[in-house]
Amino acid sequence: MSRKPETKPADGPVVRFQGAGLSYDGETEALSDLELTLERGSLHLLTGPSGSGKSSLLKLIYLAVAPTRGSFELFGRDMAREPRDALPLLRRRIGVVFQEFRLLDHLSAFDNAALPLRIAGRKPSEYRDDVVELLEWVGLGPRIDALPPALSGGEKQRLAIARAVVGRPDLILADEPTGNVDPSMSVRILRLLLELNRTGTTVVIATHDQALVERAQAPVLRLDGGRLAHEAPARIRRRP
Amino acid sequence: MSAADDIGRGRPASLLPRRDGRSVSLVFVVGVLSFLACLAALAALAGDRAASGWTAQLTGEATVTVRPAPGQTPSASAAAAAEALSGAPGVSEATALEPERARALLEPWFGRDNIGADWPIPQLVGVTLDPAAPATTRTLQQALDAAGVNATVDDHGRWRDDIRRAGLISRAAALIGCGLIAWAAGAVIAFATKSNLAARREIVEVLHLSGAHDGFVARLFQARFAALAGVAGLCGALGAGALAVAARAFGGAEGFTPVLPIAWIDLLILAPAPLVTALVAAWSARVTAMSILKAAP
Repeated sequence: MSRKPETKPADGPVVRFQGAGLSYDGETEALSDLELTLERGSLHLLTGPSGSGKSSLLKLIYLAVAPTRGSFELFGRDMAREPRDALPLLRRRIGVVFQEFRLLDHLSAFDNAALPLRIAGRKPSEYRDDVVELLEWVGLGPRIDALPPALSGGEKQRLAIARAVVGRPDLILADEPTGNVDPSMSVRILRLLLELNRTGTTVVIATHDQALVERAQAPVLRLDGGRLAHEAPARIRRRP
Repeated sequence: MSAADDIGRGRPASLLPRRDGRSVSLVFVVGVLSFLACLAALAALAGDRAASGWTAQLTGEATVTVRPAPGQTPSASAAAAAEALSGAPGVSEATALEPERARALLEPWFGRDNIGADWPIPQLVGVTLDPAAPATTRTLQQALDAAGVNATVDDHGRWRDDIRRAGLISRAAALIGCGLIAWAAGAVIAFATKSNLAARREIVEVLHLSGAHDGFVARLFQARFAALAGVAGLCGALGAGALAVAARAFGGAEGFTPVLPIAWIDLLILAPAPLVTALVAAWSARVTAMSILKAAP
């Protein structure tokens, strides 16, 4: 895998919400009174029924939307004060595994996985071997030049994970990362995420997979009706 | 050697899909605009050449209208005028025109059959000026006055000015035409960029969420449309060039193009057309994409 970005987060939480809310229509809140602090190097499982706001919370964190009230700090920066031009560099420190994969259909598996590195300005000669190695590790070695439409659901999922982790981000957000893979691959993916977490990466996994929740043995954030029910506003301790 | 060995060794794949059904239409429209701009440029060059030729021709000549002196025949007066002018400084040659030539000069205005035999046809003297140091109207008039010839000198200045003005107007019109066509091409590219950004919204979103700056995304569209416009510009230039070659080859100086003579060297003006078209497209796509991306949440 590639080296980590040069800018490392300072000590302090990676994510902090205080009294935050998110409304898409200006009336109903998809997330309410969010009190959440994610320490650096922590691992969290985000669960809750469909429509409870899991994806909305992830969207807030990966800067696809902004909270409509309250405060939000990412990597120690108050996002209400950050100019638009600063967002791309912050996004490069976040790896996202989208539930619907969001792969670029016209790019090969290799080019999809290498996308964050290419955007960061790295040369193909610098990242080629790392990307090939990563794709082989997630079992896509033989499919390295295949286009996403030719991949199965499980292969797409693994490719999405490879793209999310290839840049060794400081924070990984995985939305149902084992939703389309068989049990053995599910275990491998979980191991990969745990391995990244052990090296200091903060990981949040949104999942319905009860087996994964039990296997991960990580603090659980439970969302219900747009409110964090269990853990908020408690601080999540860093895994030993 | 496995497939993986070749992966990532070549040029990175384009982040925007290459296939786009609308590209052909866009190349056609921009190609037509480029073709028209090239024709306007060629017409301006040819017009300029024609105006310069006519001006040079008029500058080297003068016409003297002789009024016969009492008791002298028109021919004798014209001969006296020609003789007086021949010796003037700055004159290469002065020749009394035959009455038939003077009559022929009036035919375009009155018609061959309408000029009566009793018409007071002016007696004309054609003067060819020394190209190195042409005589002025004043010099010619002084020579005539000194010889006692009652005559008026026409140095064609009025026509020269008209031709010069017409040349300027044609050049300005061509320039304005080229500018308007470039503006239209830019507008077409802006529209195409806008619709392409909308069509590729999901790709743009993935790029943004992967850490791409607006400038990075805009550059993709800029490069795409510059390349398409470059091809369109080339097609337009080739079309206009083919038309000019045909006019020159089949028309020649006395055929299709006596009024707007086209020289082979004029075709060089078509060479920058693909580059100019690409630059206009790149600028338009960049400005459009940046304004849309910056306005996005």
